[in-house]
Order: sequence, then C-alpha cells, then structure tokens
Amino acid sequence: MRLLLSLSVLCLLLMLASILIGPAGAGIGESIRALWTGDDALGLVMREIRLPRAVLGAAVGASLGLSGAAMQGYLRNPLAEPGLIGVSASAALGAVIALQTGLATALALALPLSALTGAVIAVGLILLLAGPGGGSLGLILAGVAISAFAGALTSLVLNLSPNPFAAGEIVFWMMGSLADRSWLHVAIAAPIMAAGAALLWGSGRGLDALTLGEDGAASMGINLRALRLRVVLGVAAMVGAATAVAGAIGFVGLVVPHLLRGAVGGRPGRLLAASALGGAALVLAADIAVRVVMPGRDLKLGVVMALIGAPVFLQLIWRQRRGL
Amino acid sequence: MVKIAAALLIALASAAVAAPQRVVSMNLCTDQLAMLIAAPGQLVSVSWLAADPSVSVMADKAADFPLNHGAAEELFLDAPDLVLAGTYSTGPATDMLRRLGIRVETLPPANSVSDIRHGITDMGALLDQPERAARVLAQFDADLAAIRPGQARLAATYAANGFTTGPESLSGDAMSRAGLVLLADRLGLAGGQIALEQLVMAAPELLVTGSRYSTPSRAESVLDHPAFTAIPTTRRTVPDRDWICGLPAIAGTIADLSE
Repeated sequence: MRLLLSLSVLCLLLMLASILIGPAGAGIGESIRALWTGDDALGLVMREIRLPRAVLGAAVGASLGLSGAAMQGYLRNPLAEPGLIGVSASAALGAVIALQTGLATALALALPLSALTGAVIAVGLILLLAGPGGGSLGLILAGVAISAFAGALTSLVLNLSPNPFAAGEIVFWMMGSLADRSWLHVAIAAPIMAAGAALLWGSGRGLDALTLGEDGAASMGINLRALRLRVVLGVAAMVGAATAVAGAIGFVGLVVPHLLRGAVGGRPGRLLAASALGGAALVLAADIAVRVVMPGRDLKLGVVMALIGAPVFLQLIWRQRRGL
Repeated sequence: MVKIAAALLIALASAAVAAPQRVVSMNLCTDQLAMLIAAPGQLVSVSWLAADPSVSVMADKAADFPLNHGAAEELFLDAPDLVLAGTYSTGPATDMLRRLGIRVETLPPANSVSDIRHGITDMGALLDQPERAARVLAQFDADLAAIRPGQARLAATYAANGFTTGPESLSGDAMSRAGLVLLADRLGLAGGQIALEQLVMAAPELLVTGSRYSTPSRAESVLDHPAFTAIPTTRRTVPDRDWICGLPAIAGTIADLSE
C-alpha cells in the first residue's frame, strides 16, 4: 500500500512538471493560473497543448506498464513485453491501415479499434507459438518474426500512401512520440484503455495462482481459458489504444515490472497496479526528457526508452542464461 | 557523298551549339520556366511533376508534352542535345547523362524574387532565346511594379511538421514584398520547425497555410490541433504550387497577399 501511495505521488509530481515544461517559457505561477482562468494565448497553451500531452503520457505509460506485467505473469517469463514481442508493432500496423484507408476519418474510434485488432492477432500468435510456461527462446523468436513482419507491412502501407509525408512517418510508428497530441487523442484512447484495464484488473488472482503451475491453478478453481481470454483482450486493448495515438513505445512493460517485482514480493497480482503507476511515471519522465534534452526537435520517446530499456533487457537475458 | 554528309554533320553540330533543338527538362522548376521561354517545338519532354496540379501551376500546358520520370535511361532515349535539371535533383542520373556525353545544365532553386529574375535570363541564355526571355522578364517587372504593399502585419506560414517560412526563402521574400512582417524574423529564427506553443504565444495577425493531401499524415495533423484552430487571427491559404518554384506567377501571389 505504501508502494502504491509513493508511486502515485511520483506520478502527480511528474505530471505537474510535464505541464510546466515547454518552449513557451512562462513562469510557474502564471502557468498554473492560466490553466484555470486564462482566456489568452497562455491559457490555450496550458489547456489544449500541455495538459492533454501530460494526461496522454500518463495513460499510455500506465497501459504499457500494466500490460507488460500481465503478459509476464501469464507467460511466467520476465522477457514478455508488448514492444519486444511484436504486439506494439502489430497495433501500429492496424492503426496505419485505419488511417490510410480513411476508416479513421469516417469514425474516430476506428483508429484504436483497428490497432486493437492488430494487437489481438499478435498476442494470439505469441500464445500459440510460445505457449504459457514455454521457454524464452520460443517467445523471443516468435516476437522477432511478428515484429519484423508487422514493421515491414507498416512501411509498405506508408510507402503506398499518396501523401508524401506518410513515408516519413515510419519512425513515428516505430518509436512513438507525444508531441502535439490533443484532447481528441485522449478521448479516443481512454475508453478502450479503460476496458482493457478492467479486464486485466480482474486477472490478478488468476495470475497469482498460475505461479503454482497450470495444474496447481486449475486445482485452486481458476478457469484457465477465461484467464487467457482476459489477458489477451486486456493486453491488446491497452497496447492497441496506446499505440494508436502515441506510436509504438517499447521497453516500458519490461523495465517497470522488473524494477518493481522485488517491492511486491514477486506476486504477479500485486505487480499489476504497481506497474501501471510505475509505467505512467516512466513515460512522463521520458517525455519530459525529450523536451528538455532536445527542445523543438521532436526526439522520439522510443529512443529514450531504448536507452533505458535495452541494458535491462540484456541483463535479464544474461541472468536467464546463467540460470539454465 | 562523304563530303556532303560531313558538311551536313558540321552544320548540325554548330546549330546545336547555337540553339539546342531537343531540350528535355527533368525538374519541376526548370520544366515550368522552360515551358514559358522555349520556342515552339524546342522542348521535347518535361517531368511528370509538371503535370501534377498539386505542385505545378502549368499542369494544363505540361499535358501537351511527353512526361519523363527523371531516369537516365529514358532521358537518353529521347536523344536530347540539352538536359535541364535543378541543382539538387537526381545527382546519379545527371552524372550518368554527362558520362554519356549529353550536355546537362543545372539551375539553382530561387530563394527570392531577384533569383527569379536571374533564372529567367539564365533560362533564355541556355535555350538561346534571349528575346523571348526578355519579354517574360519585362512583363514580370511590370507586374511587380504594380504591387502596392499592404499594411505591416505580423504573419507566419505554418505547414506540416510545424515548419514556418524564414526570410531566406521565396515565400518569405514574397510575404515581405506584400508588406508583411515575418514571425520568424521577429523571433530571430532562420525559419524551420517552430513549436505549436511558440506559435500560439506569438499570436501572429495573419496565418498562411498551404495545400493539404486527402489522405491523413501525422506530419500535417498539427494543422488540425484544437490549439492551432483556436488562435485568434486572420487565416489565408496559399497553395504550395504558387511558391515551390521561382516563376513570374509569384507576382500574382504577392498581390493577393498584400490585400
């Protein structure tokens, strides 16, 4: 409980920092006043540019952290991360198809739903190829194949677009960014994220039981089929909605559960809530970093996350190798 | 017989040096300048972009010409005696054509109205049509002289990826000549990317946007951002084709902006 409280406080502080940092360069008191009362340019900046960006950053981070923790709990493998095993890449493919076919223009919710469909296919394939409790090798190989295929198809769709700017956006879909996002993006992602969170929230007891193995969990009265459906749909909804509006941001679901696992006594059920808060804090911090380090250059979030995440990933592989 | 053939060859060769007879253009901007100045029949092909109305102001006229795609092979098969290219267009193709012994001339992009005047004269010299070029130039100067700059208003262009025009560009020069004060100048920027926040805070009196493509892109989505649409300002659209290339038609754009 104390862990969740301190993570919440950290998130709030980072959100405050996120809405106070930006190229407009106004004072702190002035900015906060403008957030409530300002009808002028600063009010517009605070309410329509900075606030949606901070809210979206927290929501995307929470989604990625939570889905990472859920996947790792279900597969009983700390390497299972939506970005690494191709779920984010497939969600990006779904989003790009919805945008380029005009589906997203006709119906705003088609964007996250199409990304969700892409993510469901990827999660389904991963479970089929790697299997619960399966080895890391199968998981990572399946992930490499799905990532490469989805990435190539995303590039193809964007290259075929009659809009010359689209081809330049391959980087965004692979690396992710929160620059210039608005309340519209929050509005289309939030309902899908909420549905995913509700599904995953209820899976905590099942994931805890699963640490005893499938037979053990079944003997405790856990319906494994229902649990699998919850995890697949929940992860796909959260990753799909996050990717549809912010691109594929990797490593969040790897780093956050890894850091927090010790603090929750290694229980996957308790790890869910902690990872959601931790993920929100990490993405908010990374989004502040891209604005402070290279202002005005739209440094991609995925770059910062890879710098933090790749060493953690390598260390996990090293530890697993020694354990074999 | 051999003597006659030799004499004919020499005559043809000297004519080629004097005035190119088969000119191929492979760059949107040289396409349009060449169409304005070349004598009938002198220009045998222009690039496919010249026929695309979203980037070319002379798409109708370009439809009369065979179109090329700037590949060395197809240009060589046209048997040109002069190939016109932009300074920064398809380097490998122009290198290949030069190796094959074809005369390739490049024209730099125009970054100002005075660059356009030089471009017209240079094109006239390359095509050996100085009188035709002089007529185009005289009309351009007359159009420019007729422009009455409007009141000095703070103005900015805003385009995909948050790009805004700086002073060292054709669109910047055109806006200055229309009497507008460039936001990039006011902020001490050379142009390029500017954050939406900065644009909102600077509150320009006139916002100029360009063409939009029918399929969406994230680069252009900044132009749909609620904060961008909420900026209290006068808005105008200038199609990209009007100032991609340095053409005398820019006088009309300047006149429109000065109103």
